[in-house]
Amino acid sequence: MTIVNAVLQGIFLGAFYAVLACGLSLMFGVMRIINLAHGDLAVLGAYVIFVIVEHTGASAFVAFAVALPVMIVLGYVLQAIVLERSLKAGILTPLLATFGLSIVIQNLLQLGFSPDVHSLGGSAGSVTTASWQVTSGLSVSALGLLVLVVAVIVFGGLQLFLSKTRVGWMMRATAEDADAAELVGIDSRAVYSRATAIAVGIAALGGLFLGIRSVFDPVSGPTQLIFAFEAVVIGGMGSLWGTLVGGVALGVAQTLGAQIHPQLAVMAGHLLFLAVLIVRFGGGRLLLRSMG
Amino acid sequence: MKVERWTRTSKLFTGGSGGLVILLACVPLIFEPDVVQKLTTLLILVLLAVMWNALAGYGGLLSVGQQAFIGIGAYGTVFFSGLGISPYPAMLLATLLAGAVSLPISLFALRLRAAQFAIGMWVIAEVISIIIRLDQNLGAGTGISLTQLNQYEPNFRQAYTFWLALAFTVVFLAALFLLLRSPLGASLQAIRDDEDAARSLGVRVAARKRLLFVLAGLGCGAAGVLIVANTLFIEPGSIFSVQWSAYMIFMVLVGGLGTFEGPILGAILLFAIQTTFTQGGPWYLVGLGATAALFALVLPRGVWGTVEERLGLRLMPVGYRVVEKKRDA
Repeated sequence: MTIVNAVLQGIFLGAFYAVLACGLSLMFGVMRIINLAHGDLAVLGAYVIFVIVEHTGASAFVAFAVALPVMIVLGYVLQAIVLERSLKAGILTPLLATFGLSIVIQNLLQLGFSPDVHSLGGSAGSVTTASWQVTSGLSVSALGLLVLVVAVIVFGGLQLFLSKTRVGWMMRATAEDADAAELVGIDSRAVYSRATAIAVGIAALGGLFLGIRSVFDPVSGPTQLIFAFEAVVIGGMGSLWGTLVGGVALGVAQTLGAQIHPQLAVMAGHLLFLAVLIVRFGGGRLLLRSMG
Repeated sequence: MKVERWTRTSKLFTGGSGGLVILLACVPLIFEPDVVQKLTTLLILVLLAVMWNALAGYGGLLSVGQQAFIGIGAYGTVFFSGLGISPYPAMLLATLLAGAVSLPISLFALRLRAAQFAIGMWVIAEVISIIIRLDQNLGAGTGISLTQLNQYEPNFRQAYTFWLALAFTVVFLAALFLLLRSPLGASLQAIRDDEDAARSLGVRVAARKRLLFVLAGLGCGAAGVLIVANTLFIEPGSIFSVQWSAYMIFMVLVGGLGTFEGPILGAILLFAIQTTFTQGGPWYLVGLGATAALFALVLPRGVWGTVEERLGLRLMPVGYRVVEKKRDA
């Protein structure tokens, strides 16, 4: 029963990773770039929510509703001043520029707040503590279920947006071939801006869940980025639903790893990620050949 | 028209750098140990910058995980010293260990492109860091001291470590210099300029990249060795920190990605900044991050790359240049 419970908790954890990874996956799908500051943007979102909660005493969920437009605007700004330039300059430039940005965000947060950890758990109401005991070894937490439901809604909503709306079609067309899309009158710059804005908005949602589930500090971002990227790769780069599956696989790997040894939780996720890379890129065959 | 490799400036400078090495070798005989320690730090930065540039500047491989090899070098030194091998030979072994580990990693890491390679290397560094944390004999998460170096009197120890740092720096710089001047080097620079075009001309891109990857593994391992020799204490949180990658990226981007001299200039700049802002602190890191991003976006060839382009100046002759032959009057 502990294994079943571990898998269940892993699915809940994985849904959280999927939300973190969603924006990363969207930006890669549309622009073919990986934003190395994605984790820091999620943490920044958590801080914005934290500030609103501190000043108004509102619930973390209400604060998120206020923070969301702020983060979306930030997404547009990010696109305009950093990403747009870097997109034209080759494949390494977006990585270098967003890595620099990541360091800037982390240290601005250090300056604005302190290195201390914060949490949004206290301001999220009873959802953080409520749970249902299914059987003796199996419990379903309200928070886990909430994150899972929200993750499915976010991925489903994004899928609907991409397949049913005009703006979504334009986004898919640009993702397929930006130049061809330009020829039929789609402004790729506007499309990229929207994609980044959506990605940063969903990152803020990831920040909300991060803050409610556990604690965060100014340097929490890189770890979130690694987990998000692992979810994207495990699920298959460029596939949106794949990212949800990848997030869940990562979460389950981590909770199962923790069953063996608490310190092996993160390790198990890393190993799954590396194994997927090896299988996908034929490194396995190469390894076998070099041994044989 | 004729093609030349050596110019007057580059002859002067290459000769001058030989003289500089001899001067540097005398530093421990003249200066106080704290100066020697500072200069050791500078040499470590030079080594790191040059090795990261070998990967990114010539191989097009942007790694955010070179701290894996820094950590292996540092922990390897502690491990081999613990076996009873005397510290300095242990340091050489640890450097070789980092190179040896880089070979199997290269088999699969080099198949990855761009972000996959960058973050894949980062995850590999994390995995190695977790393995170290699980090993009680290596101090687990709390760190470990290199006590074996205490057998030397501090002034001598500092001098030995400095000479080792100088030797490593010279060896790795010379190796890269000779590599770039060899026929292999022409293919490396071709890969840097256009990987697909180079491949279509028959350059064995994968083999060339592996060479750079292992060289960078050795070099970063050597830097890790020097870090533990210079500070005598390491812990996984800082030696495997992604901050090292941040420093490397800063030095190379500011100095000049894909140039021989640029990363050295970048290392000197970072060293000057570090000694000026001794407090360190968040503002200093905000500045580093912002500067790196700005250079990537606005001045991708860095300070040295731009100087080279504008003035046609070459201090180290790693390429060829075409000069108009003067007509006889």
